[in-house]
Amino acid sequence: MPTTPIEFGLNSFGDVPTDGSRTLSDAETVRLVVDEAKQAEAVGLDVFSLGEHYREGYVDSATPVLLAGIATATERIGLGTAVTVLSTNDPVRLYNEFSTLDALSNGRAQLVLGRASQTQSFPLFGYNLEDYETLFEEKLDLFMKLQREMPVTWEGTVRAPLVEQTLHPTMRPGGIPTWIGVGGSPNSVIRAARYGLPLMLAIIGGEPHRFAGHVDLYHRALDQFGLPRQPVGQHALGLIADTDEEAAETWWRSWEPLVTQMGRERGFYPPTRERYELELGTGALFVGSPETVAQKIVRMTQELQISRFDLKYDIGGLPVDARARTIELFGTKVAPRVRELLAAEGDEAHHDDHDSHDLYRIGSTHA
Amino acid sequence: MPDTQPDQPAGPTPALPTIGILGAGKVGTVLSRLLLAAGHPVLISGSGDPAKIALIIDVLAPGAVPMTSEEVAREADIVILALPLGKYRTIPADALAGKLVIDAMNYWWEIDGHRADLSDPRTSTSELIQSFLPASRVVKAFNHMGYHDLDEGPRPEGAPGRKAIGIAGDDAPDLAAAAALVNAAGFDPVPVGTLRDSILLEPGSELFGANLPAEGVQDAAARFPETERGREVAAARADEDAA
Repeated sequence: MPTTPIEFGLNSFGDVPTDGSRTLSDAETVRLVVDEAKQAEAVGLDVFSLGEHYREGYVDSATPVLLAGIATATERIGLGTAVTVLSTNDPVRLYNEFSTLDALSNGRAQLVLGRASQTQSFPLFGYNLEDYETLFEEKLDLFMKLQREMPVTWEGTVRAPLVEQTLHPTMRPGGIPTWIGVGGSPNSVIRAARYGLPLMLAIIGGEPHRFAGHVDLYHRALDQFGLPRQPVGQHALGLIADTDEEAAETWWRSWEPLVTQMGRERGFYPPTRERYELELGTGALFVGSPETVAQKIVRMTQELQISRFDLKYDIGGLPVDARARTIELFGTKVAPRVRELLAAEGDEAHHDDHDSHDLYRIGSTHA
Repeated sequence: MPDTQPDQPAGPTPALPTIGILGAGKVGTVLSRLLLAAGHPVLISGSGDPAKIALIIDVLAPGAVPMTSEEVAREADIVILALPLGKYRTIPADALAGKLVIDAMNYWWEIDGHRADLSDPRTSTSELIQSFLPASRVVKAFNHMGYHDLDEGPRPEGAPGRKAIGIAGDDAPDLAAAAALVNAAGFDPVPVGTLRDSILLEPGSELFGANLPAEGVQDAAARFPETERGREVAAARADEDAA
């Protein structure tokens, strides 16, 4: 029976939650994230990924350290990032961290490389935002060389040169799964294709089908570079509760102040309830009952041809139990329901194939 | 379309001006699609060799012609600036002499870095562009609406709920030409003042990121002087006038 395989990931930025009227401490949040990753494994999800941020309200700054903690507390679940800010990391250090994580977790490490939608790491580590393109391009070149063709001799402008360098622990042959995270820039899509790396679409606002052109561009670019098809994934924000109403109200209470604050920092218009309702209906937010969220994910597999869907379940101030409920329902209800719907779809397609095959046979008999 | 249909014109209506777009990123490709759909010939450039953007244009804005920025500037009737504002010094100023230039750029520190010259409340960034392009006529348009709203929002003229785009400039015929382009793209044009006033369309103002119908844009523009940003701009400009 042909079914479209799909993987489900859970993404956390280590957002600090509330418990009743109390806000958790940073240290409590770090430990909570490990527990949530264990829960994600228990409910059957495929990957647990952490972001990389450097500001109040987020505890994911030391991503590989936290992932190592999760690695020793779990057995099966994939361990990834969402996203690693490659431009302000040293590719050599990053290799060492993730080859160690991969060894520690017995081959469960993976990465999404990108720029992230926040930029605090640039001044923090002494980089200029306007050098973003050069930093990313050169560091991606080096990081992929380290993964694919060690020993490496490399020279560039963003770090010291390497001569016949080998790193240890050495990664598995070919390296770990490395995705490129993009937010809409066509050039970034072409870059992912040039390196033959899978594409993670970060869609955090507006109608996701806008990205259908990017997926087409990605496939056409891979073809042009003579490289095989690679998976496309989607990173989205959301919350799953027993009913659509409960989900919508709980998410709004955290999302509205967060987006208002981001708007203040970047100078854009604060969110309205009307806009929010649009994001829930046809937009980028995956907030609702298990059935609502499952149906929306199935739409994404059709519109964007995704074979991986990552849900970021934590935003600042969300109650701990709402997070736990999201993880539980995502694993036990949404993921199986999406697979069921895709299998039914696959069956239909199979029937169609079968019919046309029969017609073809009849045609040739008559010929 | 088969060319045997006598009622259909073979190509774009010749009366429509050729639009040049500098910048083949998110905004540039969306604007290309909208203006091609309206029947305008569109020429587009990225930051270098047109071959680098050929595939992007073929997929995301089929029908637009990739060229160098210099060629786009020379050959188009109206040129839209859709590159990162921080790179404005790479705009081919000489080739734009005598032309109407639509400034769709914004100061976005996450791309441009923190720059005092681009965030001075005394000067709108379009005034800065006008002084860099002294032989061109600059009108601000297409800057305040998010590119996904631009992509999703176009409606025919007169359609209920049609969204609006604020435009600002110093010269009535140029404003009329910019308004025609906004209308062709699928939005109601709303003049909000001079190029100096265009600061009310920039980041930090209520209109930045807004996706509103015409009366909403008019109301927000009228409210600007009473907002925090409006008062900050007025105070900075009063100091400058006094100095």
